Parts: sequence; structure tokens; C-alpha cells
Amino acid sequence: MRLLGKEEIENIAIGAALLGTGGGGDPYIGKLMALQAIEEHGPIKLISIDEVPDGALIVPSAMMGAPTVMVEKIPNGEEAEDAFKALEDYMGQEIYATMPIEAGGVNSLLPLALAAKLGLPVVDADGMGRAFPELQMVTFYLDGISASPMVLADEKGNNIVMNTINNKWAERIARSATIDMGGSVMLAIYPMTKEQVKESAILNSLTLEEQIGAVVRKAKENEANPIDEVLTLLGGFELFKGKISDIDRVTKDGFARGQAKVQGVDAYSDQECTLHFQNEHLLATKGQETLCVTPDLIAVLDTDTALPITTEGIRYGARCTVIGIPAHEKWRTIKGLETVGPQYFGYDVPYVEVEKLQEKKVL
Amino acid sequence: MEIYRIGIDVGGTHTDAVILDESYNVIAEAKEATSADTSTGIFNALKRVIATSGVDKSQIKYAMLGTTHCTNAIVERKRLNKVASIRIGAPATLAIKPLIGVPDDLKKIIGQHVHIVEGGHEFDGREITQLNEEEIRQICRSLIGKVDSMAVVSVFSPISKVHEERVSEIIREEMGSDIAISQSAEIGNVGLIERENATILNAAIVNVAKITAQSFIEALKNEGVEATVFFGQNDGTLMSVEYTMKYPILTIACGPTNSIRGASYLSSKKDALVVDVGGTTTDIGVLSSGFPRQSSLAVDVGGVRTNFRMPDILSLGLGGGTIITLHDDGAFSIGPESVGHNLYKEGLAFGGNTLTTTDVVIALGKASIGNRELVAHLDRALLEKIYARMTFMLEESIDKMKISADDVAVVLVGGGSILFPTHLKGANEVVKPENYGVANAIGSAISQVSAQVEKIFKMDDLGRERTLERAKSMAYEEAVKAGANRDNLTVVDIQEVPLAYLAGNATKVRIKVAGDLA
Repeated sequence: MRLLGKEEIENIAIGAALLGTGGGGDPYIGKLMALQAIEEHGPIKLISIDEVPDGALIVPSAMMGAPTVMVEKIPNGEEAEDAFKALEDYMGQEIYATMPIEAGGVNSLLPLALAAKLGLPVVDADGMGRAFPELQMVTFYLDGISASPMVLADEKGNNIVMNTINNKWAERIARSATIDMGGSVMLAIYPMTKEQVKESAILNSLTLEEQIGAVVRKAKENEANPIDEVLTLLGGFELFKGKISDIDRVTKDGFARGQAKVQGVDAYSDQECTLHFQNEHLLATKGQETLCVTPDLIAVLDTDTALPITTEGIRYGARCTVIGIPAHEKWRTIKGLETVGPQYFGYDVPYVEVEKLQEKKVL
Repeated sequence: MEIYRIGIDVGGTHTDAVILDESYNVIAEAKEATSADTSTGIFNALKRVIATSGVDKSQIKYAMLGTTHCTNAIVERKRLNKVASIRIGAPATLAIKPLIGVPDDLKKIIGQHVHIVEGGHEFDGREITQLNEEEIRQICRSLIGKVDSMAVVSVFSPISKVHEERVSEIIREEMGSDIAISQSAEIGNVGLIERENATILNAAIVNVAKITAQSFIEALKNEGVEATVFFGQNDGTLMSVEYTMKYPILTIACGPTNSIRGASYLSSKKDALVVDVGGTTTDIGVLSSGFPRQSSLAVDVGGVRTNFRMPDILSLGLGGGTIITLHDDGAFSIGPESVGHNLYKEGLAFGGNTLTTTDVVIALGKASIGNRELVAHLDRALLEKIYARMTFMLEESIDKMKISADDVAVVLVGGGSILFPTHLKGANEVVKPENYGVANAIGSAISQVSAQVEKIFKMDDLGRERTLERAKSMAYEEAVKAGANRDNLTVVDIQEVPLAYLAGNATKVRIKVAGDLA
């Protein structure tokens, strides 16, 4: 067990933005909520899964809805607590700890605010190892774990306990309820035992986010290249370097879809990379060649600061370095690729691991 | 009878003034050092430009001021109002208190009276919960005598400002009509924390704006000028004194905007990159259809994260007074420190002891000011290297601001533009227009009057096209009332925000028009 204070939260926020691969919502609001909760209730207990007693109940906490709603109608902090209480009542069992459902964007910070408030420990794990847009896109789903029973709660005090026949229905019903409840709700979802989390979650992701933030900030102080440090830490690859030369985006079915073109510089001059995104960056290509594709992570970083550029924040002229990071093995299985592979998102390219794509390039 | 106008722009180093005739010919220009109190510099420039112009004072009918008073008050944490803020948002929003993340020294001043009350709207315009009017009345009564300016912020007020308006009414009823009220819907966009910050800052600088306006009008009178006064705002249009006192935060960053507009006028270009070289920094902005491109990101004002509209400016720490340090091994560094307006005392070519960027161009024979003899001893090869680096720094920044790889027209303005060559990488032409030294003051003088209408329309009633036509004619009427000439009004911005789940395809339309003074 170790304690997370304000310094750690700042680092985690940077790591969360990077693993958010351009989407997941700006962690800024989640960070402020966690900082205020720490100020009021003291530091957060981060534990490894092995510190959880056998059979104990662990429930991830997350927001659902539009991040743009949440930056305006900020939560009051009670929603997640209400959701947890309602779930405890329904299940007749006490919740031992919480954890994030994703390791990217705003949702990696929100459980920390809840944990500080309730004095619950946070398990060092998550269900994606990155950010994805839909409820069933978690490693728990791959192992057949149900999202139900789950609870949606809003700031007005409404909550809904939901039992659904499968996780796609959970996604569908929860999404329409979210709109009626005001566009942004907090969830208690995927209740799991310790054993299930140990088996199905991606472990140590909060620590990894914190390390990313720490190397980025330290590199700045030591005048080292922060991108190199991040690549070493994550076993990632530099895919391309250049400046954004064109951007084309449309909002469709609630997703910000589009493409951005990157004009190469240095070793990449006279080359062009295309980034394809749907909330997150999902495919990077160079001509006919695939550089990296979902579920492997594509992060677009400011070349000078290594701070991530979101798909919303991409603008002409931004100097960026595109990096690829291998996804967790769980996503590289047949079911994993069915759930979050290129075909699911409508891209007509086969999935090839980023390290293999890079090998080919060297030969 | 010819009518004249005065334009004044306060920069970090110099305060510039111009007098223009009706056809915008420059009759006189003046450049004074910006004073620590800002006002003295303005008065000096004003006096001098009137004296040199020789025009009949009674023919000066308009005076436009672009000033940094408000920015300075925030940055220096001085002369701020006693502010209270009311956030209408409970039960939502409690997880992040107002002014979190604002530097402590500022928070101590503007964060003394912070309240959160019930109310606000959903993203689709539904009420989250009713206002608790009695609670608000009690808060107002408790603030009487303690504060002189109020900030009112409601959840989703950019969609529905009903609660902000009602709370403002209650404030006036309880606290009297003298109290200044800043409503967030007039200031920022969706993003509660940033909009709230901007609104509280706005409330804190109401007095600064008031005093600035009064003393400017007074100074004009002392010179024998009875002119209508306008303030420049940061989208390149003018505000009446009355409006400025309500929304002074909109004056922040009007300086770079004035330069961009002035450069546009002087070069007759509608689309270009404008490079304004001052004493301490070089500001690069984008001129797009005659107006500055707006920034799409959160902007920092005095350490506070805000989201009100700002021109998209890249500020490079390289100006006419920038100090160059030579190292023993033949290496050198450029800035970011600057001698500012002390250049004419401290620069080598002016008899001082500091090597500046201006000395470099004088030594290389690229500018005929100062005394070249005093810099003749410098190593020419080294100077060439420094000059190349300066040019490279500018070219890099130009490239960062471009919207595509295509070469663009670059307009060089500002007193320090002698620093740079007329051939730049990435530019298909470099224009150094006449009167380049006072482009900012000219921009201030020629600014247009704008007006904005924001209203929810049911698009199904008239159809989209006719609805927009109607909104446009409403905005035109407003602009004419504010002093614009009806014949050359144009629409500068249209925003349509559809409100889901409301009958009749309800859409919030915001339309902004601008035109010359009548």
C-alpha cells in the first residue's frame, strides 16, 4: 500500500492524457476533483490486487456521457458515492475497493476522487490499459464478466440499478438513460471479486501512468528528451515526426471522427502520415503502409514538451511526434480484436502488432 | 468640415498615438515610453500627437483607446474591485470549488466571498433545479457594504441565461442599482471553471476600466478635445465606454489585435501573417478575412485559466531591445531579457553598455539609426551568425502559425521591424508598409463598431435561412444604435447551437456584425 498525494495526482494526470491516445476526455476536471478530495479528506490509498482479501468485492467507478457536459455541469462528488451505496444495498455486500475502468482520460482520475472521499482503497489496475469509447470495451468483458448489476447516478439524487442480458444492452440502455439524466452520470459498474480482477484486469496501470508523468516532468527539468524517455518506459516506437498540415473532422453519432495529416520533418521529410480518429487515434498510415492500428496505442505528442495532443486539440501547424505502444496481450486475442480491432471501428486494414510493423520497416 | 480621429495603443514598451482624417490618412504620429502607471504614457502621447498634427481640436470627434490597464491590474494584483461571486449550480458542481487552481495571492483578493446556490440548466436547456430565491436574497444582504462588484455564473448559461438574469435582478433589488454585475454568459463559452474564472476576473477590473475611461475623457477635455470615446476589444472591434465598464475583460489582448487590423489596413491585405516587432517581444498573429484568427484553446490570464475569446497570438521573446549575451567560447544566446524602452540609453550604438538585437542590425549596416562607430569593433562573422539565428527564430515561429505548407504573405510592423530582412523562408512576400511603426495605433483608430445578438429561435417556424436573416437584421439594428454606418455592415461571426429535446428545432443563434462608424 502506498499513499497518493497531490504530486502523484499531477503525474497520473499526464500519464492518463498520454494513454488516452487523444480521447477519453481531458483529465483536467478529474484531476481538480481528485485534488480537492485529497485536500478535504487526505491522501488516497493505492493497493496492489494481492493486498485485497480473498472474495472481497471491487467495483470500478466511471463517468458516462459527454465530457463536454461534464466540463460545464461538474459533478458534485455525491453521484459516485450514491451509486456505490445503491449497489451495496442491491448486492447485500460491502464494497472493499474501487478502481478505474480505463487508464486514459478523465476516467482514470475520477475513481481517485471517490476513493479519497469514501476512504476506500484504489486497486492499481484498470480494464483497458488505455481509453476506448464503449462500455463493453474492457478486458473484463473478454472474460465474460457482466457489467451488471450496475448503477447510474446523477447529481440530482436519481439512481438506476440496471440488470441487462449482456454488456451491449448495458451500453445501449445506459446511454439513453444518461441523456435523460442530463448528459453526464457516474457509474458503479462491473462488480468483481478480487479473483476476477486479478484474472481479467490490466494490473499496475495507475503506477504506470504515474511513471509516465514523472519521466515527462523530470525530463523537462534535466533537459532530456521526454519522448525518448516515454518510449523507453513503455517499450514504444517513434512512428513519425512532423507538423499537422491538414485536418478534417465531422461529428457523427456522438463521435468526433476524422483524419489529420502530418507533414514529415527531419528523417521523415517528404513523407506524410495520416491519423484516423474516432474520439481516440485508432489508425496511423503512411501511404498504403500501416504504421500502427488499434488496439495498439497511438499517441500524438507535442514534439517539444511530450504533452499529448487530443483529437479535439489538433490544429494546423502543431509540431508533433506520433508514437506507437503495444497494447496489452488481452487485446491481441481473437475476442479482443473482435471487440476493439480495426474492423469494429470500420477500418479496412488487418491488425498487425506494432512491433512487427516496425520490424518490417527496419528490414 | 473634415472630421479627425485619434487612435492610441499601449504596448509593453511604447505607447503610440496617431491622428487620422476621414479617409484614414495619417496626419500625425507620436511614440512615447509606456509609463509604469500606463496613464502618464497615454497622456504624453495624446498631447504630443495633437500638438504635432496642428489640426483644429474641435474637429477631433472620435478617440479610440487600446490599453493594457486591465491586464496590468490582474497581473499586478492591484486596484481590483471587492468582488463576490455566485455560482448557480448546486447540487451539481460541488466537487470543484470556485477559483481552484488560481494562484493564492490572487485568490486572497478575489476569493473572499464565494457562494454556490441551487439552480442551473441541463445541456438541452431544461432547468436542473429551481432557484432558491430566498437563499440568494440572504446572501446579497450579507454582502451589502462588503463588495462593490458581483460575478454571476450559472451552469450551461451559454445555452440558457435565465438564471443568471434572475439572480442579477435579485442582486439589484437587494443591493441597489450601483453594484456592478458581471454575467458569465456574456463572457465565455461552455466550460464552467474557465468561464467562472474569466467572469470573476471581469468583476474585479470594473473599477479599473471605469477610472481609465474617466481619466481618458478628462485628459481629452484638458487638451480641448470633446470626442466620443471608444475602447478597443480583442476581436478588433470597438466598445462604447458604457459597455467597456461592463465587460472590461474583453479589452485584454486588444494590442496584438490592433496591430493585426492596422497591418491589414496599411498593406491592403485581408489574409496574411502579421509580425509585430516590439521592444521586448515579437507577436505573430493571423489575419483571416480582415480579422484576427481566434484562439481555440484555454488561455492563461495572470495565472488564471480562462476561456473567453482571444486572438491567436504567438509571442516570441525577441524584440528591438532583446539582450544578446556573448560567451567565452564564441557561442551566444539571444534574450529573452530585454532593455525595453531603455534601448536608446543602454544599447551599445546609443552609448550604453548592453549588446542588443538592434545593435547587431546597426553594426551590419541594415539600419541607419544610432552611431555605427560604437559597434564597429564587433566581430562581423559573429554578428552574421547572430543575425542568421534571429531570422531563423522568426521563420520558425512564422511556420508554426501558418495553416498550411503554402507560402503566405507576411506583413512586418512595429518599431522593431528593422530587425528583420524582407526575404523570409515560408513567405511569398514580405510587406513593410508605410507608417509600420504605429500600425497598432492605426488599428485602434480604424476599428469598427460591432454588435451582437443572441437569441433562441424555433427554426421550424421560418426555416433556417429566414431565421438567420431575421437574426442578422436584429444585429444590424443594434450596430446602428451603437454608432455604425448601416451601409457597410458585415457579418463577422455566426454560431448556431441546436438545443436537443426541445420542440420546434430550437436553436440558439449568436450573430455578430461589424461596420465603420457612421
